[in-house]
Amino acid sequence: MNEPAIVKTDAQRRWAFALPLAVFAVVLGFLFKGLFLDPRKLPSVLIGKPVPEFVLPQVADRSQTFSRAQMLGKVWIVNVWGSWCAACRIEHPLFIELAKQKTVPILGFNWKDQQADALGWLARYGNPYDVSVSDLDGKIAIDFGVYGAPETFIIDKAGVIAYKFVGPISADVLEREMLPLIKTLQAK
Amino acid sequence: MRYLFLISLFFCSAAFAQAPQPDLVTLSPELELRIKKLETELRCLVCQNQTLADSPAGLAGDLRRELRSLMAAGKSDDDIKGFLQARYGDFVLYNPPIKSSNFLLWFGPFMLLGLGAIGCVLLVKKRGRHLVSAAVPTEGTAENIAAKQLLLETKE
Repeated sequence: MNEPAIVKTDAQRRWAFALPLAVFAVVLGFLFKGLFLDPRKLPSVLIGKPVPEFVLPQVADRSQTFSRAQMLGKVWIVNVWGSWCAACRIEHPLFIELAKQKTVPILGFNWKDQQADALGWLARYGNPYDVSVSDLDGKIAIDFGVYGAPETFIIDKAGVIAYKFVGPISADVLEREMLPLIKTLQAK
Repeated sequence: MRYLFLISLFFCSAAFAQAPQPDLVTLSPELELRIKKLETELRCLVCQNQTLADSPAGLAGDLRRELRSLMAAGKSDDDIKGFLQARYGDFVLYNPPIKSSNFLLWFGPFMLLGLGAIGCVLLVKKRGRHLVSAAVPTEGTAENIAAKQLLLETKE
């Protein structure tokens, strides 16, 4: 009854100040984190799932096929590329270097590309792929959850997708993420 | 001159965009209606703020073609959505399902609104109390007595 009018206690004053500040800080934290998220990079739902079934013609010789079954027992890198894909050229020298080391086989997944264009591109920029398969109509790419080239997958010996990178890989990503993972998977 | 430049830019962008591909499977008018509706509920992964129906991207054309063949094969809308979800995640749905991972996104704003409302009510109640206690001084200081008298006089 006898509380002094309008005058707040120290504790009340502290709360009135601290509570909105805390709420603001939380919201700010979320927004700040948002600055570093790339909306184009979706979390892949296929990680931990088996590689989709495929039997595709090879780029070098379309009468030859290559299938999922032929990948089993080895760790693979699968690199989605196309001669029409400008960003693929950015990462290409890294794959050329990697292929020279012969540490891991690389499957080139030639996405919606004509054979002549694909062969021309490989002749011009070099061919790091142990095999290149051709997905002319993009049907298998959908099974892989591909939505933009380049995309790079790492597949373990049992044919399970262990890793996915969307966009051109960098030397940093290759050294720090991909190669250590490949080593671990190969040791299994 | 500037306008000419802008107009030429406009035509440039039209040249980049691929024309929607011819659809391979023809559907009955009934299925045609269903797929048109379904396509507006799905996101194009390339132009992320466009639906599958609107997008001119090559991938959207491929996906539309896949959806048509699935629909022609007698799959339900949920089957078709599941087909895409299994490959691209919940992100393809414009109306994502409520899950523990996005609970805050669905209900966070309402929780904030509720907190604000509670705060508002508390504040108003408190102010009301202050006004009452300020209006009826009970302490015996000289000023208070004078004020009380003044109040009583005005009330009469």
